Amino acid sequence: MTVDKSVLWTVIPAMAIGTYLIRFSFLGFLGATPLPGWLRRALRYTAVAVLPGLVAPAVLWPAATGGSPDPARLAAACATLIAGLATRSVLPSLAAGVATLFAVQALVS
Amino acid sequence: MTDPRGFAMAAFLRGARHSLPFFLVILPFGMLFGVLGTEAGLTMAEVVAFSLTVFAGAAQFAALQMMQDQAPVWAILATAMAVNLRLMMYSVALTPHLGAAPLGIRAIIAYFLVDQSFAVSVAEYTRRPGMTLPEKTAYFFGAVLPVMAMWFAANIAGARMGQAIPPEYGLDFALPITFLAMVGPMLRSRADVAAAVVSVLGTLALIRLPYGTGLLVAAALAMAAGVLVETLTRAKDTA
Repeated sequence: MTVDKSVLWTVIPAMAIGTYLIRFSFLGFLGATPLPGWLRRALRYTAVAVLPGLVAPAVLWPAATGGSPDPARLAAACATLIAGLATRSVLPSLAAGVATLFAVQALVS
Repeated sequence: MTDPRGFAMAAFLRGARHSLPFFLVILPFGMLFGVLGTEAGLTMAEVVAFSLTVFAGAAQFAALQMMQDQAPVWAILATAMAVNLRLMMYSVALTPHLGAAPLGIRAIIAYFLVDQSFAVSVAEYTRRPGMTLPEKTAYFFGAVLPVMAMWFAANIAGARMGQAIPPEYGLDFALPITFLAMVGPMLRSRADVAAAVVSVLGTLALIRLPYGTGLLVAAALAMAAGVLVETLTRAKDTA
């Protein structure tokens, strides 16, 4: 689905400012302020806490198939994760996912 | 070579050399962002403006997906900021090394604070504790230069390609695969796995909430789960 331009031009500047402030925070003005230990620990998990949830619905109920589970997409998601755990590296994971997606799609059709 | 500027230049070049291997990851991801951006209806100028002002790949991919899903703006922004919170950790960790630089320089460093420049810089500062402030600063800028150049070049190349790829080509699953490919290598400890599992189960359980809301609640729970498992693991190790 295409992106609404008024949404896009709200999101881009707001994200730019917000992201910059996050980066500038301690380096810029909080300097020596110690971060509470629990917060420092929590921040370490932000990416693993957001990204899996973000993809889960798209993996289980892809819009392209009208929301019904699709063997090719499920297999591709599993292959991507397994390759990531096995190789500890992003590129082989990406390759495994794409190859599995196309292979299962070709087998099914 | 006793000239301090000579040392700084050497540090700058060392930084650039150390971050060159990132092209393996940055080129494909940068191109993918260009392709998926144009597939989502963005012009090349919009793709470049997005990257130039935000300069945070994972959050950009997340926002792109949510904008395509017609999520409310506040949910898109909250999710993107949540993805970017790890940058605050980087800001904290660099302050002992670069906090004494002039404010103007720190303002520029902040803009260039990305996963790659942070990772190689902290590794180098730890490896060479004798580095001076100008050397550390020069190394940081050297490390981010190739990353930035490759990211923008790849964005533009990808946007060109995206305009040539017909929309029915089935790129809908490229974003989910991209996120999963980023997540897999991040799962290094039991705490990471716990956070990821809670994130998925939480989002699915809360799917009926307004779009994006369930994800944020699940992400907060997932972070708490990560901290909890980490604390428990550590308690068991020391017992």
